[in-house]
Amino acid sequence: MSDIAYRRAPVLNMIIWSLVMVWVVAASFPFLWTFWGSFKVQGDFFSKADWTNAITGVRTQAETGGTFTGNGYFGAWVTKSFWVAAINTGIIVFSVVIISLTLGTLGGYALARSGKRYAFYLLMLALVFRAMPHITLVSGYLLPFFEWNLWGHIPTGIIVMVAINQPFTLWMLHSFFLNIPKDLDESAMVDGCTRFQAFRHVIVPVMWPGVVTTGLFSFLLAYNDFTVTATLLSQANQTMVPKIASFLGTTQTEGNVMFAVAAVVSATAPLFILILFFQRQIVSGLTAGAVKG
Amino acid sequence: MFLKTITFAGAFALLGSTAIANCGISSGNVSILSNDFPAIQAVTAEAAKCAGNGVTVESNLTKDHKDIMVAALTANPSQYSSVIVSNSTLVTLMNDGLVQSLDDLVAKHGAGLNKSQLITVDGKVMAVAFMANAQHLFTRTDILEKAGIKEIPGTYEDVLAAAEAIRSAGLMEYPVALNTKAGWNLGEEFVNMYMGTGAELFTSGTAEVSINNDHGVATLNMLKKLVAYSNPDFLTYDSNATQAEWEAGNLALAAMWGSRGGAVLDGEGSADGVSSNTVLTAAPTWGNDARPASTLWWDGIGISTNVSDADAEATFIAMMNGISSDMVKANNDAAVWLIEGYEASAASAGVAGTAANGAAPYPMLPFMGTLHGALGGEISDFLQGTESAEQALADVEAAYTTAAKEKGFLK
Amino acid sequence: MKNRTFFWFILPSLITMLLFIALPIVSVVVQSLHIEHEAVLNEVENCGPFGCKKELVIDVEETAKLKDDRPLGKFNGLGTYTNRNHLAFTEIRQAWQLSDGVADFVSKSLNLPFYRALAFTLTYTFVVTPLVLMFGFLIALGVNSLPKYIKGPTIFVSLLPMIVTPLIGSLILFWMIDAQGIIGSILQQIFDDPNLSLKASPLLTWIMLMVYGVWHSSPFAFIVFYAGLQTVPSDTIEAAMIDGASRWERTKYVVLPHLMPLTMFILLIQLMDNFRVFEPIVGFSAQANATSLSWIIYNDISNNEDQFFGSAGATSVLTIIGVSILLIPVLIRTWRDFNRKVV
Repeated sequence: MSDIAYRRAPVLNMIIWSLVMVWVVAASFPFLWTFWGSFKVQGDFFSKADWTNAITGVRTQAETGGTFTGNGYFGAWVTKSFWVAAINTGIIVFSVVIISLTLGTLGGYALARSGKRYAFYLLMLALVFRAMPHITLVSGYLLPFFEWNLWGHIPTGIIVMVAINQPFTLWMLHSFFLNIPKDLDESAMVDGCTRFQAFRHVIVPVMWPGVVTTGLFSFLLAYNDFTVTATLLSQANQTMVPKIASFLGTTQTEGNVMFAVAAVVSATAPLFILILFFQRQIVSGLTAGAVKG
Repeated sequence: MFLKTITFAGAFALLGSTAIANCGISSGNVSILSNDFPAIQAVTAEAAKCAGNGVTVESNLTKDHKDIMVAALTANPSQYSSVIVSNSTLVTLMNDGLVQSLDDLVAKHGAGLNKSQLITVDGKVMAVAFMANAQHLFTRTDILEKAGIKEIPGTYEDVLAAAEAIRSAGLMEYPVALNTKAGWNLGEEFVNMYMGTGAELFTSGTAEVSINNDHGVATLNMLKKLVAYSNPDFLTYDSNATQAEWEAGNLALAAMWGSRGGAVLDGEGSADGVSSNTVLTAAPTWGNDARPASTLWWDGIGISTNVSDADAEATFIAMMNGISSDMVKANNDAAVWLIEGYEASAASAGVAGTAANGAAPYPMLPFMGTLHGALGGEISDFLQGTESAEQALADVEAAYTTAAKEKGFLK
Repeated sequence: MKNRTFFWFILPSLITMLLFIALPIVSVVVQSLHIEHEAVLNEVENCGPFGCKKELVIDVEETAKLKDDRPLGKFNGLGTYTNRNHLAFTEIRQAWQLSDGVADFVSKSLNLPFYRALAFTLTYTFVVTPLVLMFGFLIALGVNSLPKYIKGPTIFVSLLPMIVTPLIGSLILFWMIDAQGIIGSILQQIFDDPNLSLKASPLLTWIMLMVYGVWHSSPFAFIVFYAGLQTVPSDTIEAAMIDGASRWERTKYVVLPHLMPLTMFILLIQLMDNFRVFEPIVGFSAQANATSLSWIIYNDISNNEDQFFGSAGATSVLTIIGVSILLIPVLIRTWRDFNRKVV
């Protein structure tokens, strides 16, 4: 892209940059606030008396003797074994991403290359599937899962999340494949490859940007999921998000809200690293694919 | 997956080594589903000590237990051999015949139980209660004194007068709080207040709701008078919010759950002078009736229908171990226990007083949950002043009737 | 592609979707057409720690006999769809006949749970979706014109609102906007109104939920648009400049058309997701002032003692129909594109 094409009047630049500034503040402030607050006690961070307590740490000083405390982190990770949930999340998210992408690339490729009417109808059907509220789906699984002793196990959670996310994955990958020129695989087939060989040797090497981007969205869906993981997994197999929710207490009794805050900050950390790591791929991936949506 | 197995096995090994591994159970699988709070954690941890020597004890403590309960116990064999139930959830399970009669098990292994712990329906023991709970009055005596009020209010009329005194003395703009978050909490407040009139929620012997009357209107008006002294955000106030407000010293009079008493009185997280001046008393009465405007709740043990007799027995023994007097001694202040050996404390005074003054238990009616849901959804408009009390009650009635027809309670 | 090859490629994906989405949808539809059998009630004495009382219980054995005959329950046709807690045909007809004027009719309809939820759902969808597109586009333009060395961190920060669990994100914001919280009290100072509370008034609650929605979803639109901007053909832009096109004209005639397919993609996803809004309502405890269709479903099966699967099923089917209607314009466009590609 030519920079000249985007050269602007200084005034316009100022406006746009200040807009970006405002956005950056709006996007990051709640997180900085949470990060800062995770080292305070509940009486400060969730102060009902004066919000500036969260900054000065008056009660933290009074209750722990310092203006910062790692109690939230200690409580969540050590006392409440948040690490078990972290490991479960790791296993589930990794499997969901791998399986989703495997099924999605095969299906998305077929949908992009088919050209038949039924391919379009399938895409439409996938949209209808996506419109179904997850909570209805999940509550429908309960009885058969209990009946067949499938409930509570990690693989069950994985396959359900793969299935629920399949429509989005298919749509996104389908549009990526549309952008990969047809000539590539068709010429391979002229050279005597089967469709699968053409896919395997010609398409797979060039599809990574799209797959990485779709993978990121699959990752986020699985990582942030509450409905499926809270309802279909037993306590021993719980993931981070329902675990965090369980710190919040019930109607009858107080929870450990600061454990939840510390856990939230901890749960966001891997995402930070992931995004930093894949930032370039996400952008280049989208560039290669969804553009022709 | 294998990582999972290891950690799980590890956790079990740990349990096994500390356990006495002997509650008199030879073999069997015990699995418990329940809500998640410290008192129940204490019970299940104690029950888990029976694990070992061919006995497994697993538990799933989650606040979403209501969502999976019915499905989990409908499966045969049931996913859980025991569920920790309350007034309301026991009925839900009994509606589908998912918990069994405990008569034989109580006769065989329930020697240490108080008679009052047995929840009987039509003469059959369906559950064994171990703790009680109720919403009652929390008072800040220092604020009341400053406002010139000598006595802790015994009626809601007194509460209103005290609130007005506090407001006009300029001490607090919003001294009162109830758990009035729209939904379950608000429905519960209506039921509590309505129970204080002594009237019945349903036409006797039927599933027809009967709140659309003078008692209902009076109840709504009383709630509205109270929330006039509550923070304008009152429709978002659940127990966590009211407790936080209380501990920050923003409230002088509140109706909160007895199970919150311990946390409020322990001083941790409270502003200076709040805990030491907080007094827990029975729920106030109002109007012409002497019944406290509150409902009494218990939590107890139910055993699934769809388990083998051996597992049912093993579960019952393990749970009896869970609610033993030893457990109570170690966790005396975690709840208002109904178990032998419990010593009353300042934190339990409110619940005990509410029960002693004759508050009604939360009704164990098959259609109570349906009404509760309808109440929670429909009366917030009235409290916000956008519709009349009569309209709100008519809405509740219509919502309930529709839902009850779907459930088969009404034709 | 040959039908057979297509079949084998799509099969794994199709199986998971059929098993875990299509089958449940069928069962949900069937369930929504049935109601439970009439319960056989007996009066008995219940005793507990707080005394005894005559109360009704369900006669499980008698009721089970009915269930054995017809396990699905009593067939009710579209009865659940049209009852008071859903489309409320009778109540709407009555409201129409009894109301004196359109305003009265509207307020009577909005007293019914389904229409109240629909009102918020539609408002939310039609306010948030365009704003998300607009903000996403503006941020993308802005970030694109930033110097290279601050681009990376800016992109990263911009993605933050999207990557945190809505459940927790809304909980923290809920505290921040509290009257005593940082945002709430700053707003009170700005508007010089010590009683301003975002949680108390319906209007402010709606605005708050929509601001949250825009904040949460803009990163999605931003990242897709930003990627799209990278591929705007620079030669076309230069050609347009040489022809004397102004900046506005260049944006309008070159950049925007190029981003059109992307806009459709975002629109499709956003319309659908916004129509199913529900987590912020729970997170912000906003149900007194704002409910949505998905929230009604949630309230039917979660949260309460009783679970109403038939009712939840009916609302789910209505949601699917609603989404389909919303998406028709987008789908027609996709259909045309699809046919063009095929040719």
